[in-house]
Amino acid sequence: MRKIILVAAATFGLAGFAQAADITGAGATFPFPIYAKWAEAYKKETGIGLNYQSIGSGGGIRQIKSKTVDFGASDMPLKGEDLEKDGLLQFPAVMGALVPAINIAGIEARQLKFTGPILSAIYQGEIKKWNDPKLTALNPGLKLPDANITVVYRSDGSGTTFVWTDYLSRVSPEWKSKIGANTSVQFPVGVGGKGNEGVSASVKQIANSIGYVEYAYAKQNKLSYGLIENRDGKFPMPDDSSFQAAAANANWNEAPGFGIILNNQPGAEAWPITSATFILMHKKAEKPEQSKAALAFFDWAFKNGDKLATDLEYVPMPANVKDQIRASWKGIVDASSKPIF
Amino acid sequence: MAAVTDQVDVPRAPAMRKTPKGTFDIVFRNASFGSALLVLVLLAGIMASMIIGGWPAFREMGLGFITSSIWDTQNDQYGAWPAIVGTLTTAFLALLIGVPLSLGIAVFLTQLAPPWFKQPVSTAIELLAAVPSIIYGMWGLFVFVPLFAAYVQQPVSRVVEGMPIVGTILYAASPSGLGILSAGIILAFMIIPFIASIVRDMLDQIPSVLRESAYGIGATTWEVVRHVLVPQAGVSIIGACMLGLGRALGETMAVTFVVGNANRLSSSIMDPGSTIASRIANEFNEAIGLQLNALIALGCILFFVTFVVLVIARILVSRVKAF
Repeated sequence: MRKIILVAAATFGLAGFAQAADITGAGATFPFPIYAKWAEAYKKETGIGLNYQSIGSGGGIRQIKSKTVDFGASDMPLKGEDLEKDGLLQFPAVMGALVPAINIAGIEARQLKFTGPILSAIYQGEIKKWNDPKLTALNPGLKLPDANITVVYRSDGSGTTFVWTDYLSRVSPEWKSKIGANTSVQFPVGVGGKGNEGVSASVKQIANSIGYVEYAYAKQNKLSYGLIENRDGKFPMPDDSSFQAAAANANWNEAPGFGIILNNQPGAEAWPITSATFILMHKKAEKPEQSKAALAFFDWAFKNGDKLATDLEYVPMPANVKDQIRASWKGIVDASSKPIF
Repeated sequence: MAAVTDQVDVPRAPAMRKTPKGTFDIVFRNASFGSALLVLVLLAGIMASMIIGGWPAFREMGLGFITSSIWDTQNDQYGAWPAIVGTLTTAFLALLIGVPLSLGIAVFLTQLAPPWFKQPVSTAIELLAAVPSIIYGMWGLFVFVPLFAAYVQQPVSRVVEGMPIVGTILYAASPSGLGILSAGIILAFMIIPFIASIVRDMLDQIPSVLRESAYGIGATTWEVVRHVLVPQAGVSIIGACMLGLGRALGETMAVTFVVGNANRLSSSIMDPGSTIASRIANEFNEAIGLQLNALIALGCILFFVTFVVLVIARILVSRVKAF
């Protein structure tokens, strides 16, 4: 019996030591690949690991509120009053973009054009067939089939759904009043896939379907995707430059904690569905050395992580925004109200 | 039964054994009683925490929580009806497909199969029961669903379009292969091993003298099965089906993959829907506030339904163990 207790104590003790050195974080699934990549490189350089659990934005918010992690991650920015209430500091870490993935025989990537109102009508079940007059008028050169559209959406609560429905709310008053924007909404038509994998798999398998996924997923899974008319009436190609153009004209100080959504930004080059993903930390650090380690990690990522981010089709934060974020870190203090970073 | 009572009486009889072994006996008895009690405490704890967690949703929505079809996270309106209907429909379809097949397997294995064939099939069925449900889900999504869409859903939809009744029940608005019927079929595959192996054991228990007498007076195999075996094992077969039903009601991952995850009620079993378990699996990660309460309340309803089904199954199975 005593032996068992000793072994148990030793195991827990060791586990305690191992965790003390590592940074812990939890939340959004969308930035998980880049956080993992950054963590790998960071561990090689500094020996400090990052234990990030991609449990979803809602889970990340819950965990940082209950202080079980050093930082939480969310795709949906928290509102100023919520940040205030829980004493949280928020800053964006990296950006990404969504594309409408399609599966129509004979239509290649970047051939089919959409507008915001057309996407909204498709997702409301008002446009039912691919050869709808609205679509054929916008795409005169393409041969669109006389087939029913199968709409695919994320069935799990997800920041991706929030960004997509926020975009549809901005371009369609009808969508805004009937369905709205959230991490999960009541889609009037279509089938739900669980996770980005679920949506990609469904779009790939179901003929004449449309879904929304991160650009990186569409590219990795070789899904075909369409172009979307932006606010200036242009059809930019989804790539680094159009994603960065969306971020360039944004006013980051418009909302507390840089909590703006980059959908439908002005600019001829701007990709219309772009969004940042956010980090949440307590302003009053209970474990100052852990919070400091987390900030050091993001500082390193802002300095050295841009190449890794673009390799994975993410968009690094613009340089001037990074400086503003670093300045905001002064808001995280220890017990004696001294900034820890 | 008699043997068990004998064993309990043994330590009491010789009063002189006051060695350290006596203390060990007491410790052992208390420890095993504690383990048994732990199960009850756990069950009560789970039930209590589900009721407490789900209470805000029940209070806010009232009876509407069960009867309403609206699941709107925007305005915090939650109704469980489509999920309840989806759960019951998929489980019912699973039984409809799974039970006849299971009975066929059990009768074949106990009455008809040559010995060299019996063992491999029995082992295969037990292995099927051990396959993790996520594997059924992945196989369902990547292999079964595309085939089902191309060779069942689309042809059937073309045939029944416009017909009364079947034109509604079997017509797929968007033939994606995902839907209530697909989930029911996958669930049937999952419960067949359970039902088949229980029924096989039940049929093996029937005294062979009964069967032999029936054959002796000239009954055919069908007549023996129909008039001797099934009436003898009847109630326990129903019990086995209830156990399968219990599994089908609560199955989560496999269903989430193939059911289509639509929070709406549809009159066609080819259309996507959702079940209580799939709804919880989908939304729990991101749920906050009343939505979380509503999901726990959903769990509470599922817990209740499954509990009732299992109690009935236990009663039916135990009644037949008597002979």
